[in-house]
Amino acid sequence: MSDERAGTAASVPDSGEPMLGLREMELNFGPQHPSTHGVLRLVLKVDGERIVSARPDVGYLHRGTEKLFETETYPMVIPHTDRMDYVAAATNNHAYCLAVEKLLALEVPKRAQYIRVLLDELQRISSHLLWLATAAIDLGAITPFFYTFREREVILDLFEDYCGARLTLNCMRIGGLLEDLPPGWVERTRAFAEVFDKNVDEYEDLLTENRIWKQRTVGIGVLTAEQCIEWGVTGPPLRGAGFKWDIRRAIPYECYSELDFEIPAYPNADTYDRYLVRVAELRQSRRIVLQCCDWLLRNPEGEIRGKVPRVIKPVAGDVYAAVEAPKGELGFYLVSNGGNKPYRLRVRPPSFINLQALPEMAKGHLVADLVAIIGTIDIVLGEVDR
Amino acid sequence: MNEALLYNLVIPAVKAVVAVLVVATVAGILTLIERRVLARLQVRQGPNRVGWNGVLQWVADVVKLIFKEDVVPANAERGIHFLAPLLVMMPALTVYAFIPWGPETVWNIPGIGAVKTGLYGTDVNVGLLLLVAITSIGVYGIILGGWASNSKYALMGGLRSAAQLISYEVPMGFALVAAILMSRSLSLVGIIEAQREAHLWFVFPGVVAFFLYFVSGVAETNRIPFDLPEAESELVAGFHTEYSGFRWAVFFLSEYANMITISAVATTLFLGGWLRPFPNVAWLSFLDVIPPVLWFVLKVAAFLFVYIWFRGTFPRYRFDQLMALGWKVLIPVSIANVLLVALAALWGLPGLKVLSVVLWVALGAGFFVVRKGEPKRRTVLEAGA
Repeated sequence: MSDERAGTAASVPDSGEPMLGLREMELNFGPQHPSTHGVLRLVLKVDGERIVSARPDVGYLHRGTEKLFETETYPMVIPHTDRMDYVAAATNNHAYCLAVEKLLALEVPKRAQYIRVLLDELQRISSHLLWLATAAIDLGAITPFFYTFREREVILDLFEDYCGARLTLNCMRIGGLLEDLPPGWVERTRAFAEVFDKNVDEYEDLLTENRIWKQRTVGIGVLTAEQCIEWGVTGPPLRGAGFKWDIRRAIPYECYSELDFEIPAYPNADTYDRYLVRVAELRQSRRIVLQCCDWLLRNPEGEIRGKVPRVIKPVAGDVYAAVEAPKGELGFYLVSNGGNKPYRLRVRPPSFINLQALPEMAKGHLVADLVAIIGTIDIVLGEVDR
Repeated sequence: MNEALLYNLVIPAVKAVVAVLVVATVAGILTLIERRVLARLQVRQGPNRVGWNGVLQWVADVVKLIFKEDVVPANAERGIHFLAPLLVMMPALTVYAFIPWGPETVWNIPGIGAVKTGLYGTDVNVGLLLLVAITSIGVYGIILGGWASNSKYALMGGLRSAAQLISYEVPMGFALVAAILMSRSLSLVGIIEAQREAHLWFVFPGVVAFFLYFVSGVAETNRIPFDLPEAESELVAGFHTEYSGFRWAVFFLSEYANMITISAVATTLFLGGWLRPFPNVAWLSFLDVIPPVLWFVLKVAAFLFVYIWFRGTFPRYRFDQLMALGWKVLIPVSIANVLLVALAALWGLPGLKVLSVVLWVALGAGFFVVRKGEPKRRTVLEAGA
């Protein structure tokens, strides 16, 4: 499904006729460009500085990950998922583990569920912080970058203390987790989450009511809820269009149904509202982190891994499982033929699918807005290209 | 020594050499100060390894840039590519001939005797006009540099720059007209003297002109929030994308020299130049322990700090928004301001004083109202929202 759509996105017809004998300039935006967030290449047709058409050209980071999945046994796949959306490895691990667990009909112990959710939400905060930093830099505001990285550093340190890695966490296992949390970790996480609200206030002081920031983002890159649904766009862009769709609430997995949090949604479908959604999600994720920490402090003991067979050989069949990753719906479609390796493991990457809407969003805007629009989609090229 | 030779050749030559050396050095040091101050704003340290607390960082940078390979793109227009940085730097340094750092004083130089001269290159009676004329030459360097690089990004940067600089010359010019009306002089020294005689810094009656001048000045020097010609995230590095090594350093140096120029002119026109606060109030004469040149430097430094502060705070305007701001807001306001100031100046000094009071009260009230009317927006969601 998504492949077909990618085909149409790559061949958007050149709608702009040359006007009055003026020649449109073809501008190659990327793959080596500071604000394409990696190796995204856009072929722009510009009339002056106005974009007539933008054609994304992806694949520079293609590593054949999905084919690689088929050559590895089920547990060996997990580290490869880290390297898709490399700024949100925990949710990648999680989505894959959910798919295998669904196929095996495995029960994950309560404690493992809470730790997984806690890691997911910390990951969501760190991913959104990275997004905020880069999106602000794209629009020329350099200071939020340092503020958000100060907090992101704390989260990465927490990850490092838990699993030894800061980005490629490899922190979850089929049926639960490999290790329990180290002593004192929950208290430190809770201490971080308690003050984090004040930090978000600092980012908002710099940006939310800043006139230049609003001039640069309000009304830019509008993608209505209908368009989002047509293109399969999920995550903050969909919620920024006023559509309250979040897998954590809509199809609850793990212990999300026991937790108290809101789904932020703003109605205007522009870059500014997507910014508001993500900032509000920072605050909501903090609430979830606090609740998970409290639960873990109340229940300091427990199993962290379910009854997993020694050799994982699911029965033949197929299954789809999705989580709400920081960037949208991250799903794994797993086909098993009864062997110890996936027969086919197809990823539904939110970055890739959200990126397809870029030509729609960019048409008619200025080159300067294109930078804001690339920023607002929040793509990670490792996930787009796999 | 022959009197004529001394005053017509030796002193001007010495002044020229000193001015260029001082400005080039200060521009270098300014890059370091900017990085340190910006670091403070951004909860980090900044360069602190070369020399004591990093004070020699700028020297290391300059040395590195001089020895870097000088890359010229394959199909660049070599001659113009070479000429462009010079076209930017020469006017940036030339204007320091007029900038008055201190009053005329008598210097006792051993071997020559008493020499009476001011801390400025020369006091031209149309100094302000000449200054504006010379600074606007710099735009040729930017547009030619962008064009000669044979790069689309550099070309777009150069074009943006030309449009921006020309647009913002207009409100800047009108702001200068307001200052001229108040002082009735085009000489920079004359303007400072007029402020001493009027017992009034022109920032009081000319607050609107002051604001317009500084905003246009930030735009003229291509600094955040108006740094579109070199908008890193859109145009890589704008007009100097294809420059490296020392030629790039020359562009960089000119930008900082221009920042100092804008600050120095703003100080001269609106903040009384080298005058201490309230230069005619006798009981404040203890302030004279600080020599005039230091007062000037302090005021300029305050402006430069604001430049850096802007950079730490604001995002960047979009090009059309920048143009809209210039043509639809700043130019009408500046014309209205010229009329207002002209009427007040026609009345004479009392008129200027009345204008000061009216403007400052209006501004204060306006600011208060705007602050009250703007709630702090937060994305906090209540439960069940």
